[in-house]
Amino acid sequence: MSWYKRLSEGIRTKTEDKKSTPDGLWHKCESCKIAISTKDFLSNLQVCPECGHHHKIDAESYFKILFDDQKFTKLFNNISPADPLNFQDTKKYKDRIEKAIANTKLNEAASAAIGKISGVKTVIAAMDFRFIGGSMSSAVGEILARAIDKATQETTPLIIISKSGGARMMEAAFSLMQMAKTSAKLAIYQKTGLPYISLLTNPTTGGVTASFAMLGDFNIAEPKALIGFAGPRVIKETIGKDLPQGFQSSEFLKEHGFIDFIVHRSDLKQKIGNLILLVGKKKVKSNT
Amino acid sequence: MVFLEFEKTLEDLQEQLEKAEETQSEGKVDMTETINQLSSIIEKETKNIYKNLTRWQRVQLSRHPERPYTLDYINHIISGFIELHGDRLVKDDKALVAGFGKVDNQTVCIIGHQKGRNTKQRQERNFGMANPEGYRKALRIMKLAEKFEVPIITLIDTPGAYPGIEAEERGQGEAIARNLMEMSVLKVPILCVVIGEGASGGALGIGVGDRVAMLEHTWYSVISPESCSSILWRNWEHKEEAAEALQLTAEDMLKNKLIDRVIKEPFGGAHRNPELACKNVKSEIKRFIRDYREMNADELVKNRVEKFGQMGVYHED
Ligand SMILES: [Zn+2]
Repeated sequence: MSWYKRLSEGIRTKTEDKKSTPDGLWHKCESCKIAISTKDFLSNLQVCPECGHHHKIDAESYFKILFDDQKFTKLFNNISPADPLNFQDTKKYKDRIEKAIANTKLNEAASAAIGKISGVKTVIAAMDFRFIGGSMSSAVGEILARAIDKATQETTPLIIISKSGGARMMEAAFSLMQMAKTSAKLAIYQKTGLPYISLLTNPTTGGVTASFAMLGDFNIAEPKALIGFAGPRVIKETIGKDLPQGFQSSEFLKEHGFIDFIVHRSDLKQKIGNLILLVGKKKVKSNT
Repeated sequence: MVFLEFEKTLEDLQEQLEKAEETQSEGKVDMTETINQLSSIIEKETKNIYKNLTRWQRVQLSRHPERPYTLDYINHIISGFIELHGDRLVKDDKALVAGFGKVDNQTVCIIGHQKGRNTKQRQERNFGMANPEGYRKALRIMKLAEKFEVPIITLIDTPGAYPGIEAEERGQGEAIARNLMEMSVLKVPILCVVIGEGASGGALGIGVGDRVAMLEHTWYSVISPESCSSILWRNWEHKEEAAEALQLTAEDMLKNKLIDRVIKEPFGGAHRNPELACKNVKSEIKRFIRDYREMNADELVKNRVEKFGQMGVYHED
């Protein structure tokens, strides 16, 4: 089934002509600025039909895209961030957390669920950029670690969908150690002989890139995502030179050998399903 | 000796003392009393300053240009050190040294970030900022240690993994990630010691151990206080506050159960008595070897994974 539909000429309209249109009916593409109807935008999985720009979507949307019949059971959504250092910069971390929870109706920047993909029971953990930039807190690390453990115990394929600015500075070294924690859990998962598919989406940077996101048996990415360890600004300041065109894009990473393939959001379910059927089915126990 | 900005009074006193000693040596005036007085003031003032170091001051100490670096520890602690070079893929990264040698009678694998002492060395060592090749070399040699059943000692001292174009092209993130995953299941004991700066993924890339220790005046966190200030306060002026907020000292890290031990430094910092600093690190290594000698490999790995698995504080309702 194709999710990707090119919209007819009549629907496309430049934003300038749409200024008076009430919000909610039209969506302006972040990249090409062309406005399309929200209905079409959503049915196209929030990919701009004009330029192919993949807008950020939340964890729940990925669960709906990937799990068969959009059916899944959420896991570990009782875990939320604490404030171990009583951290305060220009704002209190506590207030940032409260605001993020209120705005997103989420408990953290990561969610996990279990369901079936192409009939094979699979665990997915996905990050949410709206929650403090998808940053890695102790709670995010714990949710991911438990999702990995769940896949290990239930012997299911594992998918982690990354979308993160990197560390949560307000948790300092606690945040840093989540890199080791998730990577150690993945080392144990490796022994199951089941596939771990890491999907990198825009943006995947910092400590997330330097841990679970780069450790997939298959590292795959959505088109034109920003993926890197150091941020482009930091690199530019360090080397004192402009960065090459397309630097740290999905395509750049594939060219340099760190991404297996790039996948359009509309093909995501099918491609991942095929991979799981190719290599992940044999070792899965009790998938009835 | 190089004085840090918070040691300004000490620097002035030291200058006065040196002048007095010079006069004394000229033999015209007897300066004995002045010299004695100055010496005792210096001692008192040093105690005063070092009794209550702020977190930012400890960060400065961790970067003292005369502080012992990895190769200094190796020279003092390890006999018959054989350095091994290269990641077998791209090149030899000189920001990270690795090899085998002996601590007394025990063969060990030793790996550490290396900073430079002068401009030329600093460039050669890239200020202790490793590229992916460094992390891959480290892993290659750690795997050798596993093969030969030799314990691994890592010395951490880096302002961060290098943020450069080539580093990204060659997969800085992947290299560090791979080390985290592989180190967590290596079947030999691993001791990690922060000897200077422990900045973020660049530090953790050789930091997954059964025991993690920090020297008294070092720091370890997800970001430097300066960068934290620039991101959260949007300017560079809040580094002191950032250092406080990050709770990045050895004492803090021990209290937060993110490391296991703090190693005492000579009074006033490792640079004031490098030999004693090396002696203390050597004792720590020997204690580690003793404690882990009988450990079964599967248990070792299980405990290590569990140890990092337990890190973090969160709510669960
Ligand atoms: Zn567009």
